[in-house]
Formats: sequence, C-alpha cells, structure tokens
Amino acid sequence: MAQTTEPIVRIRNLSKSYRRGTQIIPVLSGISFDIARGEFVALMGPSGSGKSTLLNMIAGIDSADEGEIEIGGVEITRLGESDLARWRAVSVGFIFQFYNLIPVLTAFENVELPLLLTHLNRRERREHVEAVLNVVGLADRMDHYPSQLSGGQQQRVAIARAIVTDPEILVADEPTGDLDRASAEEILQLMDRLVHEFGKTVIMVTHDPRAAEKAHLVRHLEKGELSVT
Amino acid sequence: MFILKYILRNLFRHRLRSVLTVVGVAVAVLAYGLLTTLVGLWYSGAEHASDTRLITRNAISLVFPLPISYLERIRGVPGVTTASYGNWFGAYYKEQKNFFANYAIEPRSYLELYPEFILSPKEKNDFLLDRKGCIVGERLARTYGWKVGDLITLKGTIYPGDWEFVLRGIYHGKEKATEERIFLFHWTYLNETMRRSVPRRADQVGYFVVGVKNPGLAPDVALAVDSMFKNSLAETLTETEKAFHMSFVSMTEAIMVAIQIVSYMVIAIIMVVAANTMAMTARERIGEYATLKTLGFKGGHLAGLIFGESVAISFLGGLLGVALTFPAAHWIETELAQYFPYFTVSPKTLLFELLAALSVGVVSGIFPTWRGATIRIADGLKRIG
Ligand SMILES: Nc1ncnc2c1ncn2[C@@H]1O[C@H](COP(=O)(O)OP(=O)(O)OP(=O)(O)O)[C@@H](O)[C@H]1O
Ligand SMILES: [Mg+2]
Repeated sequence: MAQTTEPIVRIRNLSKSYRRGTQIIPVLSGISFDIARGEFVALMGPSGSGKSTLLNMIAGIDSADEGEIEIGGVEITRLGESDLARWRAVSVGFIFQFYNLIPVLTAFENVELPLLLTHLNRRERREHVEAVLNVVGLADRMDHYPSQLSGGQQQRVAIARAIVTDPEILVADEPTGDLDRASAEEILQLMDRLVHEFGKTVIMVTHDPRAAEKAHLVRHLEKGELSVT
Repeated sequence: MFILKYILRNLFRHRLRSVLTVVGVAVAVLAYGLLTTLVGLWYSGAEHASDTRLITRNAISLVFPLPISYLERIRGVPGVTTASYGNWFGAYYKEQKNFFANYAIEPRSYLELYPEFILSPKEKNDFLLDRKGCIVGERLARTYGWKVGDLITLKGTIYPGDWEFVLRGIYHGKEKATEERIFLFHWTYLNETMRRSVPRRADQVGYFVVGVKNPGLAPDVALAVDSMFKNSLAETLTETEKAFHMSFVSMTEAIMVAIQIVSYMVIAIIMVVAANTMAMTARERIGEYATLKTLGFKGGHLAGLIFGESVAISFLGGLLGVALTFPAAHWIETELAQYFPYFTVSPKTLLFELLAALSVGVVSGIFPTWRGATIRIADGLKRIG
C-alpha cells in the first residue's frame, strides 16, 4: 500500500508494564510505529503479547508508562482524564469483541449514546443515527433490544455506534472473535467498506488469519516487540 | 433526560430485586414511623396534661389511700378553685382482657375539673342524679357497643364482686388527645358498698384532684397542701398532673429509649441490605460503565446514573412506606385501641420517614457510585464476556 499522506497514528518509544504485587510484568517495551491515514491494520500475536493493551492505549482508555502516542496531531499521552474523555467521544470509535451494547437500550438508543455528548439536537441526532444504521443495514431493527438481535447484528449496531460521531480512526479488539464464520465475514466486509468508502483508519486486533487477510498490513506483536509482515 | 430514562430502565432490569429492595425500605420506614409515633404518644400523655390541676396522693405510695376528711381542708387552701377526688377502681368488663381505666369519683366537682370531657347537659344531669350511674368515653362505648341506658356489669379486682351500673352518658373529648377510654362512676356508690361490706376501707380516697387559679400558683398550693398534712397519719405528695404523668413516664423511659433505638436500627439494617444490593448491581454493570466511559462519558455521568438509581429505589420505598403508614396507623387505632387511645402519625414523622428512606438511598449509593465513577476503563472492560 502506498503511504500517501502524513501518518494519522504516530507511536514513539511506547512502554507499558503491569505490576502484580511486587512483580513487574513488562508488556510493551519501547514500541515505535506509524499508521497512515485510511490504512486497515491487523494486529496479531500470541495471547498475552499485549495486543489489547496497545490498542487500548491508542484508543485513549489505558495509559502509557513511557513514550508518546500522537493521533491526528493530538498527543493523547499528554491529555488529562477529562480532556481524554472528550477526545475519545469525537475522535475514536471502539469495537469490542462482545459488542458491549447496553442491554436496556434499543439499537437506536445504543447508537445515539455518543451523540448525547455532542451539541446536536434531537432531530439531528435521529438523522445521524438513522444514517449509520442504514450503513450497517439495520435501519429496520432500530427499536430492537440487543437481546432480540443475533451476535452479528449486535456487532453491526456496535459498529454503527462507533462511527456515529464520524471519528477518523476505529479500533477493534477481536471484533469477529465471538461470531460464526458467516457473521464474521459480514463484519469484515463492513469494516472494509468503512475503510474504502468512508476513508476510516482501522486498527484491528485479531487471532483469525482470515480476518487478517482483509487488512492491508499485518503487524505482529511478540514479547513486547513489533514486527511487520 | 437520557439519564432518567436509563435509570428507569435499570430499575426494571431485575424486577424482583428492585421490588424486594423497595418493599424492604418501605417496611423499614413504616416500622420507623410507627415506633417513633408510639414513643411520641407515650410522652404526649404528659404533654397534654393540665398544669392547673394538681394531684394529691399518699406520700408513701400511690397504692395507699388518703382519708376523705382531707377534702375540706384542701379546699380551704388559698389559690384552690375546686377539689375533687377519686379511687382507681381496677375492674374489667366480662373478661380480664377487657381492661380500661375506671374510677370512682365525685361527679360534680370532677366534671368541673375536667372540662375536656364533654357531655350533653341532659346526660350530665342524668349521671349526677343516678347513684349507680356511670359515664364512659366515646371510644370505649364504641368498643363494647354500649348505649346510654345500658346496664353494665364490671368485675371488680381491688374491690371484688360484680358491680352494676347504668350508662347515663357518653362523653367525647374536646381534643384528639383527650382520653376517651375512661369509665367514671359515683364514689358514693363504692363507698356505701364498702361501709356495708368492709368498713375499714370506707371513707378513703386514692387521690385528690386540686384545681388552682393559674399555673403560677401550682407550686405554692402544692407546698401548702403537703405541709398541712405533714406529721399526720397520712402524709401527702402533691404535684401537677403533668409531673404526675411524668413520674409514670420516667418509670418506663428506658423502654421508650430502647424502642427509639430499635427504630433507628431498623433503618441502619435496611441501609446495609440496600448497600449490598446496590454494590451487587453495580458490580454486575461494571463492564457497562467501562463501555460508557470508553464512549466518552465521564465519572460524573456514571455517578448520576448509579446514585440516581440508588436514591430512586429508596425514595420509592419511602413513598410506599409513607403510604402504608396511614392504613397501619388506622389499623392500630381500631384494633389495638385498648393500648393506644389514638394513633396519629404526625407530619413531622412522615417527613422523617421520607428523609430516612433518602438517607438509605444516599448511603447505599455512595460506595457503588464511587466505584463506578472511578473504575479504570481497561479493568472494567475485562469484566465482559
Ligand atoms: N490489569 C492488569 N494487571 C496485570 N497484568 C495485566 C493487566 N492487564 C493485562 N495484563 C497482562 O498484560 C499482558 C498483555 O495483556 P493483553 O490483554 O494486552 O494481551 P493480549 O495480547 O490482548 O492477549 P489476548 O490475545 O489473550 O487477548 C498479559 O500478560 C496480561 O496478563
Ligand atoms: Mg486481548
């Protein structure tokens, strides 16, 4: 893939370790890499290699011990908790393995959630929500509760929720990990569309080689170090 | 707006759990309200007691009588308007459990001293004229279905035997707090019977009631009466009706304090139970809270959500408790009338019921709110799946 513009994600010397009692467990040690705008990156590696940890730090929900993460020109490693929350609300969409929809809210209400933090009024919110539900092909299910949807459908609602604020980057932690092959395929196609049609940058952690195939670039994380294939 | 909707949906999530917590808070609040009312009523007898009436009794103990001959001397004390007298009769109606206050009294002066017992002039007159006549309070009459003209037989305990009376009047209290479960009859009826059967018990009274011109005179009059009978065969102890009641109240004060403590304990217990339930609920939803934070919601939003649910549950319980208080108080008033002449829960107590419920909500919400608001997202997300 041709690297066209300046990178949207810039990571420098990123380190992270966890403390378990007196023991210190290093997870990431001095990682540096860039991700270009409009890239679809797959992050692979053995269990416990720190994929989720890295992804969480890129999404601004975990903190680094050392190093810098700059996303779309914002150095998020320097933001305080409150600014970080505001940044997350508009700049990044998160897709989880287990969808993480709120069970007491309908598909529509789940997708509307991030918009409640914006200044949009009711009507504008409705328009946005309906638009993204159309993108994921679930406009006819918006009044359904998560329990009334299949796993694949729930994940599509979750994707709608991730893109409703129109963030530049999407991060996904094993988005197909809990799905059967057909549903997984649908989700991957949807992610592919988001990259190609909507110009999103997607960073996806996966164990599934099939899923990784969809990506432009696969990066391997092992023993806290990153390699490209 | 959204938070409210979310809280409401969460309330219905574990219906049984929410309902049980609401009912638990309601029952606790109800118990608190009823116990507090009970304690209040106990003291209110003394509060409503007159301070222009003095009670003169035997200085040794209430169970020892005084000679009737003291009456004229007491009437002569400056500042005294009227004096009357009575004996605690201690009889019951048919069965021992049908127990109520009954006194042998001197009707004319007694009714003068107790203007809060309101009788029609005709009934009053009929009572005064009939030596075997009696009057009762409205509540007592209602309990046993007595009507004016009925023949009533009481079984004596202190004065053994069957005692027959004709009901000549039913009085009602001037105020709600006025005791309406009293049975009054002619002292002469008792005394004449005693003269015939047990002469040594005749011409004796249990206590004198002494009316004074104004409350300010009460201490002087009491002193004058007591010093008059100093060194006589039966020395007296005179105090205001209020002090007289208080001496009963203080005998049982420890019990009342215990009851009040129990009422607080009930609230404390439900606090612990509700806190546990809320903690359980919040723990189950940690993943959800972490998800909301990932989306950009802040600690404050989550705090509102969790705290709101806790307070909403307890407040619902409080409202239910207050609503239940009315029928419960009514039930006590009718079914347990022999113990509680009236059982009115004051607005202040109702307010305290609600405040107690709210404090349950606040206290039980603090810990889960703090947990939810400060949860590290990455940790919270691990709880899913
Ligand atoms: N909160 C924590 N406290 C202590 N150790 C942690 C914590 N979170 C993660 N770790 C450790 O950090 C390492 C990396 O965890 P991480 O979840 O990033 O791995 P992963 O690559 O996503 O694994 P998987 O493929 O199983 O999801 C693991 O050894 C894990 O035990
Ligand atoms: Mg992981």
